[in-house]
Amino acid sequence: MGAELGNYKSCISARSTDKELLKRAQDGGIVTSLFAFALDEGIIDGAIVAATKEFAAKNPSKVMMDNSNMDFPEPWRPIPAIVNTKAELIAAAGTKYNISPNVSLIKEATRSFGLDKVGIVGTPCQMQAIRKLQLYPVGARDVGASIALAVGIFCMENFPYQSILQLVEDHAAMKMESVRKMEIGKGKFWVYGKRGQVVQLPLKVTHKYEQPGCHVCLDYVANLGDISTGSVGSPDGWSTVFVRSKIGDSVWAKAMAAGCFETQPIEKVKPGLELVTKLANEKISKNKKTLEARATFGVGKGLRNPYI
Amino acid sequence: MADKITVGYTHLSGCTGCTVALADNYAGLLTLLDRYVDLKYMPTLADARHIQQVDVSFVEGSVCINDKLAVEEIKETREKSAIVVALGGCACYGNITRFSRGGQQNQPAHEAYLPIGDLIKVDVYIPGCAPTPQLIRNVAVMAYLLLKGTKEQKELATAYLKPLMMAADKGTTACFCDLMTNVINQGLCMGCGSCASACPVNAITHEYGKPQGERDLCIKCGACYNQCPRSWFSFDVVSNYEAINEAIMAALQ
Ligand SMILES: Cc1cc2nc3c(=O)[nH]c(=O)nc-3n(C[C@H](O)[C@H](O)[C@H](O)COP(=O)(O)OP(=O)(O)OC[C@H]3O[C@@H](n4cnc5c(N)ncnc54)[C@H](O)[C@@H]3O)c2cc1C
Ligand code: SF4
Ligand code: SF4
Ligand code: SF4
Repeated sequence: MGAELGNYKSCISARSTDKELLKRAQDGGIVTSLFAFALDEGIIDGAIVAATKEFAAKNPSKVMMDNSNMDFPEPWRPIPAIVNTKAELIAAAGTKYNISPNVSLIKEATRSFGLDKVGIVGTPCQMQAIRKLQLYPVGARDVGASIALAVGIFCMENFPYQSILQLVEDHAAMKMESVRKMEIGKGKFWVYGKRGQVVQLPLKVTHKYEQPGCHVCLDYVANLGDISTGSVGSPDGWSTVFVRSKIGDSVWAKAMAAGCFETQPIEKVKPGLELVTKLANEKISKNKKTLEARATFGVGKGLRNPYI
Repeated sequence: MADKITVGYTHLSGCTGCTVALADNYAGLLTLLDRYVDLKYMPTLADARHIQQVDVSFVEGSVCINDKLAVEEIKETREKSAIVVALGGCACYGNITRFSRGGQQNQPAHEAYLPIGDLIKVDVYIPGCAPTPQLIRNVAVMAYLLLKGTKEQKELATAYLKPLMMAADKGTTACFCDLMTNVINQGLCMGCGSCASACPVNAITHEYGKPQGERDLCIKCGACYNQCPRSWFSFDVVSNYEAINEAIMAALQ
């Protein structure tokens, strides 16, 4: 087990057994199924997810709106939201490839929303934020112990909203409203239209649009989630799942026993862990180089390194 | 008794919110006092109020430099403590007391307040307005392990406390602007939202997923910057979160 994949108790390839849910999910529907199960079982009493403008319009009190997204909420802008039902979870399924500050709701979830057991999904950096606020709760009174299930999603990079706008509307020549799904996989950025059209862009086109803060990120597979998941390593429609913490182990075992997922051994699927490891190493070594370059960025002066 | 660390609590210009936060550890506080901490002096929770020789002193509040007694007390605290911990936004950064212009009864000439680090060397910061009961608890347990623990426990405590010691070294001012100058302008922000959630006065909103500060609302407490995973982050410590959380909880069982 190399350090690039973090600590984990088990790794499997899995997908949800709920066919309706799978239609709305990005990959194997792991995140949505896990939260739906955890809600049912009382393991969590709400979850912080990245919802859509339709959800925000119906539930203005359950979302964290962005100043720039207030008056005319834009399509494909993720809106951090607190959801309490399976239907709401499904409405928030799917990957939005731009920034969703999910951790901004973590304290409020335990305050005006009154949650005692919070679920949260987030990118690896957001899992780092969660663990930092549990160990060093500077501005998170009584929050740490209320985090009942943190699900991390793999992440190579994220994008500002305007980048996605430019990629979809200028490069892929599609309207944002007409997009059904976006995906990064097999070395390409894919845009699927609601009418069935598919456009693929090579990643060399997307690189310059990436969020700069991602270039110092040293985690690909959400090493600090209770459970983390992504598409890489598993066949289409399936997800690779790392079960990491004691909490994760217990929730995963219960969800398996309840029949939420079908699984295959990760050793048996293609391309398997080899590809995950390769991509994790590529990301980490590239970004370590960026950190090194930052140290000598100016003349006798450098840029900050956040890691101590 | 012999194995306890001696602790004092100096209360300067603070609103007692830090004291309440400490007390809000409830049973945890009793366990701390029972097993690990000999509380030598503290204005509210101990009989003795006057500063004594201790291993660790916690200081709540900033120093009013127009108040001779306060200035003497902070100096005496430094002289008599091996480790000085600035507890809360006011002691660390001045916080809301920076907005004082004087004129309040019954000491209208008390108008100038400084974070304690402007007058003495401070070893550890516990920022936050109010600081959280859990961070106070964690630092107290770690201070105990640092002074009385096994070699391994000392190493853990040193690693845990290091960023809070670095924060003390870094300076005595705080503001939303720290996120601008040291995180966003440095190309480090990735839009997690921790800062907005940490702010006690909801001064932080988002602009395309990135934090935007309502600078008139900011009380200069330093919570946002210190909570941000891109201000400081130790993989050694945080990757071990599960074991460390368990160890702290076990210590207080
Ligand atoms: C920016 C980004 C980059 C990614 N890069 C990779 C990668 O390189 N390799 C890889 O294997 N996987 C990557 N993923 C993860 C992948 O796209 C899927 O999200 C993951 O496999 C979960 O699929 P699922 O079917 O289990 O989840 P679903 O059941 O579809 O649920 C997805 C959950 O994620 C939440 N979510 C959606 N967008 C965001 C967002 N921007 N921020 C936080 N939460 C969000 C949704 O609200 C939902 O709750 C990335 C995800 C994101 C957001
Ligand atoms: S690449 Fe890293 S910093 Fe960027 S969104 Fe993904 S996890 Fe966060
Ligand atoms: S923005 Fe909020 S958290 Fe940050 S220093 Fe100001 S008051 Fe404190
Ligand atoms: S906590 Fe730091 S990284 Fe996260 S959104 Fe705020 S400034 Fe950006």
